[in-house]
Amino acid sequence: MSLKIVVLAKQVPDTRNVGKDAMKEDGTINRAALPAIFNPEDLNALEQALRLKEEHPGSTVTLLTMGPPRAAEIIREGMFRGADGGIVLTDRAFAGADTLATSYALSCAVRKIGDYDIIVGGRQAIDGDTAQVGPQIAEKLGIPQVTYAEEIISVADGKATIKRRLERGVETVTCPLPLVVTVNGSADECRPRNARRIQQYKYAKSPSEKAELESVALYEARPYLNIEEWSVNDVDADLNQVGLAGSPTKVKGIENVVFQAKESKRLEGTDAEIDELIQELIANHTIG
Amino acid sequence: MSNFYLDNSDLRHHLTHPLMEKLVAMRERNYADAEKYDYAPFNYEDAMDSYEKVLEIAGEISGEIVAANAESVDHEGPHVVDGRVVYAEGTQKNLDALVKAGLMGISIPRRYNGLNFSLVPYIMAADMVSRADAGFVNIWGLQDCAETIYEFASEEQKSKFLPRVCAGETMAMDLTEPDAGSDLQAVMLKATYNENDGYWYLNGVKRFITNGDGEIALVLARSEEGTKDGRGLSMFIYDKNDGGVTVRRIENKMGIKGSPTCELVFKNARAELCGSRKMGLIKYVMALMNGARLGIAAQSVGVSEAAYREALAYAQDRKQFGKAIIEFPAVYEMISVMKAKLDASRSLLYETTRFVDLYKNWEDIAKERLLEDAERAEMKAYQKLADAFTPLAKGMSSEYCNQNAYDCVQVHGGSGFMKDYACERIYRDARITSIYEGTTQLQVVAAIRHVTTGTYLNKIMDYEAAEISAELLPLRERLVAMREKYVAAVEKVTATKDNELIDFMARRLVEMAGNIIMGHLLLLDTTRNEKFATSARVYINMGEAEVAKHAAFIDSYTAEQLADYRR
Repeated sequence: MSLKIVVLAKQVPDTRNVGKDAMKEDGTINRAALPAIFNPEDLNALEQALRLKEEHPGSTVTLLTMGPPRAAEIIREGMFRGADGGIVLTDRAFAGADTLATSYALSCAVRKIGDYDIIVGGRQAIDGDTAQVGPQIAEKLGIPQVTYAEEIISVADGKATIKRRLERGVETVTCPLPLVVTVNGSADECRPRNARRIQQYKYAKSPSEKAELESVALYEARPYLNIEEWSVNDVDADLNQVGLAGSPTKVKGIENVVFQAKESKRLEGTDAEIDELIQELIANHTIG
Repeated sequence: MSNFYLDNSDLRHHLTHPLMEKLVAMRERNYADAEKYDYAPFNYEDAMDSYEKVLEIAGEISGEIVAANAESVDHEGPHVVDGRVVYAEGTQKNLDALVKAGLMGISIPRRYNGLNFSLVPYIMAADMVSRADAGFVNIWGLQDCAETIYEFASEEQKSKFLPRVCAGETMAMDLTEPDAGSDLQAVMLKATYNENDGYWYLNGVKRFITNGDGEIALVLARSEEGTKDGRGLSMFIYDKNDGGVTVRRIENKMGIKGSPTCELVFKNARAELCGSRKMGLIKYVMALMNGARLGIAAQSVGVSEAAYREALAYAQDRKQFGKAIIEFPAVYEMISVMKAKLDASRSLLYETTRFVDLYKNWEDIAKERLLEDAERAEMKAYQKLADAFTPLAKGMSSEYCNQNAYDCVQVHGGSGFMKDYACERIYRDARITSIYEGTTQLQVVAAIRHVTTGTYLNKIMDYEAAEISAELLPLRERLVAMREKYVAAVEKVTATKDNELIDFMARRLVEMAGNIIMGHLLLLDTTRNEKFATSARVYINMGEAEVAKHAAFIDSYTAEQLADYRR
């Protein structure tokens, strides 16, 4: 059977290579200093989706991302690796969303896509590290979810068999379609960008990007180069549930924490020393 | 980990050489494919953009996957199971990544599912893969053999085999035998024609076959019973799916240990004739070898790059006598000479690649239409330059590669002799480059006629007339003086008309030509890009001394000296 697969992906600042200018003086992220990348675990998710597409001829892999118009780069990146196309969910009204508002907006977009069999995303994004968006989408759509997935082993007879990587071992579960799967970083790495596909899709653009072009003839001749952009209205979202308005999470303040390296301390390991260390760590709130 | 394309702007410098516009337009037949294939470029800028994007992929895989696996592959190596080769785990992962990235059949036309790229970005990918793992590049780089199928096989064979190569099947070229190494005329593997099914059947043994268990092999065999020389040899295509060839063993080598070097047993292995009978050695192996030599030049440059970077990093990090060792003249000289040799050999590599690409483009166009006189003349001129520069590039860059690997270990001192640092593997891997696909001595045999007939000199005169930055003119004056010494040395040696003496002096003369040519190339590079200025000065200092050394040897030569060397 052919599958309609939606991959949830996020463009994130590359927090793995944080330099000293990563934060601005006001405590917000200096996005200019951090390259925007495809969230790593979303790439693991994309690989699982592309394997299903190979095993089930006729399947489609559609990327869905929410963010500013420049997040179209994520869609292209996915196309270079094998995705069929994608949608950028972008609207000023979406700005400032916490996980609740984000999952609401994405679930509206998924509903609009419709007829989906599998929605797959990374476990969490490296900027927020919440791991909440995938599960919340499943709840909002009223469909089952499988988290911490390491491998979608098979999909057959309306059911998916999935290996989960848990703290103390692995678990293999079977779940009816449609479902949401969130994939761990321990899953196989995503395949590289493909030389032919990068040439085929490098001109893929969203409406905002095409607005800057002199001619859009290419996009009429090659419709697969069109990346879709959906607004609040396009997905019939309730304005009160999106963006800042729909976000119960309020950021009270941001503090810079400066870790100061101090001289190391060597303990021989006597009970008294360990007791003393525990007291010290509790006192400075490292533990407890 | 890093991206080997993005962390090395020298590559982009060579990719954007002014001649590229012509090479790409020829390869793309003025961009005619854009109407037929949605991955074909519309124009030069589009093509170059694609080249860079694809090189970024190759650079990423080289830097993040192939380089990371190099150590484990070196330790594990391939092994034989039931007559078949099983690659080291890392080797298989490297290959899978490059195949999934579509980096096979890079220069094969699109109608056979290739990328139809110029040879320049292909060689550049080989340069980067070699920097990552010199042993692995052999397996991936054997896609070169597809070029030979494309040039000489029938349309039916091309349609059958080329798409398979582009889809990731690996290749082998089965030439060497126990008694036929440098002297391939002695090949014994027997090819017998079967009238009933129209196929040839191969029987015998091949030795030292790189990736001998590859899916598609080009096999040199004796098709003419009773013959003893090269005229009785033909080229065959063996398809592993047909069976008949088993791997008897894998050699235990000093270096490039991830690359399976096989002894093969052919027992009634069915094969197809490639091209015309009796032309196997005379025409096809020569073409195959020229392609392979360019590949080894790329491998040498990649290994040189790895050696230079390892040495530089260590010299900056290692402190002795209260400072980093790179601050000592004895060490910084080694490092800057390594870089100069690296830059010089890379310039020669891409100059050679452009010559090869240009004449091959004309050859390919000539299959579609009659060439005009001027076009034919240009093809011939570049073919001659390619013939002259290929052995020079292979010979000089593989020797420099060895020298750089040696100095890399030297910079590491005692630590370099331990197995803990990459330089030890680089040192072992480098050693083969000046041996296989023709030893340096055999490159000299191929190159010397371009010394005696003046191919190098004519090109040197072109370089002397080329436009360069005014501040580089004093350096060029020194190259002119070197050329004068070279001409005098060539005249003295050739005037004797003594072939043994010419052979005896050949390497000296070829190296002199190489020093002068690489000096000029670095001046041209510096004219386009100031960052090569230091290497140009350092290289010319070294080359000038080398030329003077060879000139002095030849100058003081007297006829009776040869007897002291004969054994």
